[in-house]
Amino acid sequence: MHAVEMKGIVKRFADLVASDHVDFNLEQGEIHALLGENGAGKTTLMRILYGLYHADEGQVFINGKPAVISSPRDAIRQGIGMVTQHFTLVPTLTVAENMVLGETGSVMINLPDVEEKVAAASERFGIPVKPQALIRHLSVGERQRVEILKALYHDARVLILDEPTAVLVPQEVDVLFKALLRLQQEGLSVIFISHHLNEVMDICGRITVLRDGHSVGTVQKADTNQKQLAKMMVGRESFGVKRQDQRQASVSSCLLSVQNVCAVDKKGLPALKDVSLEVHAGEILGLAGVSGNGQAELSAVLCGTQKTTRGKVQANGINLTNAEPASVCAAGVGRIPEDRHANMVGELSVAENLVLDQLGNFVKNGILEQDKIQKNAKTLIKEFQIKAAPGDRVRTLSGGNMQKVMLARTLSQNPAVVIASQPTRGLDVGATDYVRSKLLEQREAGAAVLLLSEDLEEILALSDRIAVIYAGKIMGVLPASEATPEKLGLMMAGSTD
Amino acid sequence: MLKLKIERAPAPVWMRSLIPIIAIPVTFLITSIIILLDGANPLTAYYHFLISPLASKSSAIEVLVKSTPLLLTGAAVAFAFNSGYWNIGAEGQLYAGAIAAAWLGMILKDVPPYLGIPAMVLGGFAAGMLWAFPSAILKVKLKVDEVVTTLLMNSIVLNVTSFLLNGPWRDPVSMWPQSPEIASGTVFFKLIPRTRLHFGIILAVVILIITWFVIKRTSFGLKMRAIGLSKEGAHFAGIKVNKTMLTVALVSGGIAGIAGAGEVAGIHFHLIDAISDGLGYSGIIIATLGGLHPFGVGLAALFIGLIDTGAQTVSRAMGVPVYLGDVVQSTLLLVTLSLFLLQNYRIRRVK
Amino acid sequence: MDITLFLIGLVAATLRVATPLIFGTLGELFSERSGVLNLGIEGTMFLGAFVGFAVAATTGSLWIGLLGAIIAGMLSGLLMSLLSVRLGVNQHVAGLGITLLATGLSLYSFRLIFGESKIPPSIEPFPMLNILPESNPLAPITNQYLLTYIGIATIAVVWWVISKTRFGLQIRAVGENPEAADAAGLNVYAIRTRALAIGGALMAVGGAFLTLAQLGSFTFGIVAGRGWVCIALIIFANWQAVSVLWGALIFGGVQALQLRLQTLGFKLPYELFLSLPYVVTIIALTLAGRNASAPSALLKAYRRE
Repeated sequence: MHAVEMKGIVKRFADLVASDHVDFNLEQGEIHALLGENGAGKTTLMRILYGLYHADEGQVFINGKPAVISSPRDAIRQGIGMVTQHFTLVPTLTVAENMVLGETGSVMINLPDVEEKVAAASERFGIPVKPQALIRHLSVGERQRVEILKALYHDARVLILDEPTAVLVPQEVDVLFKALLRLQQEGLSVIFISHHLNEVMDICGRITVLRDGHSVGTVQKADTNQKQLAKMMVGRESFGVKRQDQRQASVSSCLLSVQNVCAVDKKGLPALKDVSLEVHAGEILGLAGVSGNGQAELSAVLCGTQKTTRGKVQANGINLTNAEPASVCAAGVGRIPEDRHANMVGELSVAENLVLDQLGNFVKNGILEQDKIQKNAKTLIKEFQIKAAPGDRVRTLSGGNMQKVMLARTLSQNPAVVIASQPTRGLDVGATDYVRSKLLEQREAGAAVLLLSEDLEEILALSDRIAVIYAGKIMGVLPASEATPEKLGLMMAGSTD
Repeated sequence: MLKLKIERAPAPVWMRSLIPIIAIPVTFLITSIIILLDGANPLTAYYHFLISPLASKSSAIEVLVKSTPLLLTGAAVAFAFNSGYWNIGAEGQLYAGAIAAAWLGMILKDVPPYLGIPAMVLGGFAAGMLWAFPSAILKVKLKVDEVVTTLLMNSIVLNVTSFLLNGPWRDPVSMWPQSPEIASGTVFFKLIPRTRLHFGIILAVVILIITWFVIKRTSFGLKMRAIGLSKEGAHFAGIKVNKTMLTVALVSGGIAGIAGAGEVAGIHFHLIDAISDGLGYSGIIIATLGGLHPFGVGLAALFIGLIDTGAQTVSRAMGVPVYLGDVVQSTLLLVTLSLFLLQNYRIRRVK
Repeated sequence: MDITLFLIGLVAATLRVATPLIFGTLGELFSERSGVLNLGIEGTMFLGAFVGFAVAATTGSLWIGLLGAIIAGMLSGLLMSLLSVRLGVNQHVAGLGITLLATGLSLYSFRLIFGESKIPPSIEPFPMLNILPESNPLAPITNQYLLTYIGIATIAVVWWVISKTRFGLQIRAVGENPEAADAAGLNVYAIRTRALAIGGALMAVGGAFLTLAQLGSFTFGIVAGRGWVCIALIIFANWQAVSVLWGALIFGGVQALQLRLQTLGFKLPYELFLSLPYVVTIIALTLAGRNASAPSALLKAYRRE
């Protein structure tokens, strides 16, 4: 009998089929990986199991019995717990208060009693947390522990973890894996969502691979290897783009220079500490790091959307310290931001978005030159293979096409410097290859490209030199030839040996 | 078999323009209830509401008279809303314009109309801008919520008006709480003799066309729309968000100020306490109903003008309280807002 | 003139003026802590004032009148919930629309029930309590309306509900992180709806205090922007129930001082004095502008994807 069985699950979002007749089963006491690229439908499938989405078709069985799960409450009642990528904790409440949030019952809450129970559960499962602590005072790793304990506190027998390692440094990952193995011995079943092959091979017993909303198949760990899994995952064995040559140590001119830059995060805490980087003409400098170590702030500073507290930024020979986005554009800096939804105007058309940061070129006496704007849109749509009409609202586009609009707007202005922040996050394989090839094209054309990415494979595949950021500091810069995942991993975890 | 399913996805664009048209009958259906409470026949009431005012020439002209300030407050609110500046203060800015016009009317004695009328228009515009300024500057400099501050500025100007009318500006002749009659050279000329229809409506239509042109055809308009739709996206693209928004907020206040000047110069010839009975708030209804498009605003203002006139007709003919007009207006606003959400849904066939 | 007497009178008046503000602000507190800015407050207070008066006048019972106001306030809160929580309409405009609707409905119904008589209809309002004998110099301070005492007690109750009960925990959760509350199995819509209904009831009691206790009659300018003052007070009080008391007393004090000085024959431009609370509010807003303690989910409609 399976702990969970899902049969013929279909979920549509408008024109996109996120889950297409997917079958999945979980045995008692196993750690089962759900492997696939971004957008393959892993999270969608699990959100259906946890009642956050409703399947359009298909059936779910829990312990062999058909189950209707229409809300997380139902899922919890069925003994299913989920730790999502965005933690679902209320930051202004304590650990204990978060634990009992979903409970119904007495008017009053006996908080000391709850705190005691939480402490006991923490002891029993070997997951250390302080019941009285406010969530907003906890680190990311600690919050994850709270999430897991919360599920266990509610008697979860099935635990869904959605990309649990994305926010952790390797050492924290070890702690997590030990805890999971201990839970497995206690008889729990775990569904482990990931797109990292090595992790999956490390901890899981069986592996189900999803691609483009389809289930590619389920394999035993013993019967497979990383290469085969990669093939199942992407439909071929490796990246579609490859760098042409390995450059010499660059002697070309420095186009982007960041000197001793400091900045604070949204809460006013230091996020960048004396960051210094140089990017030269015709090279890609990859900036690796675990999410939340200052990449977002650095990108915002360079894009002109955030102020520094100290330091100097210079691009193309122009001082851009604390410059407004308009001056940054004018200085020939092309920006591909991390959050393309927030940094475009979704309700405006493709044509309008394509000219929004260079209106000066499409205006005469303050009046828009509609013909020129339309012509520009048609040209770029063709050149960048955007699947949209000039008049379509950008928010109706798929992620990949949206990113192509952003690329088209930025790269058509022939920037001398390109700041690309997580440029392929959330894109399908085809779009990812396309974006990467465009970045390489810019490098060939002599631009200085700064690539900020949390995807180590992407960094390794594209960069000429690799810098690592940890806790707002640059841990070091290596030539790509000397960089290995192990070396980078240590640096990303803050080790300086 | 044909199976239909409702799902969240952008509805086709034509739905947008259809919404206000669906909203009107829905509203009347809802408000029928309170008419029935009065023991009146809703159909007769709606006849008097919508048809009677248009049946005679004089009352049809009155609809235009009522619409004149509404065209302006609607344009003012729609202009601001287009850039995401929630100016709830058109009411107060209108009063500021009216105060300025009353003052100009007092000091500009013996001025010829070709100087007096432009002075009134510019004075109203400037005063409206002035009254919009504190909220606007606090919004862009300190991120203080403009909804609350513009609302409070409305309350303040009402007190200022009543201070002026009970104190320094009280009419020395009649001792009524109203300012002295404005100089003849500052009076807006009549369009049709022996009616109340005045130059203001031409001004209003011209301003409406200008706002349309600015919003839809100029780079400033594209910038303000971009800000209204996504402040972050606009800022990222290098648009000066604060400067643009400040300009929009001030111009919006100015347009509302002209509405006040028009009421003084074209209708009342004095400043009175009740110079606006919620014209500024109606502007919000009109802007919403018109889908923030200046031409939609034009139609909506005429419609609300019709309702305002109709409420009096109904009241006279059937004894239904005149406040029925307020209930219909606010219900229409809420119904339209709810229906606008439909554009996030569409119906599709399931195979 | 005796300064002690003046101060005693001032304190007594301050408490009276503060009462509707306390109810209104506590009502807004419920709404905002659950993540909904309810600009319907001005209209809801007006509706409460009207319904309280109308029901009391027809039934002859002040308490039934108060109950009527509470029910009307809840309905207003439920309408706000339907629009802004269920449908996800912009909270600013929905709230304002409710203010317009509640005001219009009250005026319409008032005319319907009481006609257009020259003399405004009136009722015998709640008496002041007789805690200390008239002869005691402190009597004006202690001998307030029962509703004033209830208002102050309500502050304690609201504090207890928000910080100690399960429902309060749920309100805080949906106001700070509705996604988390949903994932925990809470019904975000239902919790916000309840908070809005309770909030609406409290606002309406604030309005009903004016007709049922303070004045005994209903006039069209009866609420006169008090709802907007509550919107400011909540910011002033940093969304904390206990601070609502201090805020309401300060605002009430300014108003009372102006009234006292006026009755003493000081020649004041009282209309400008009436504007003082609004000016103070704008200044308070400016100073609190960067305050981070507003509920994080305020103004955001919650939608599952």
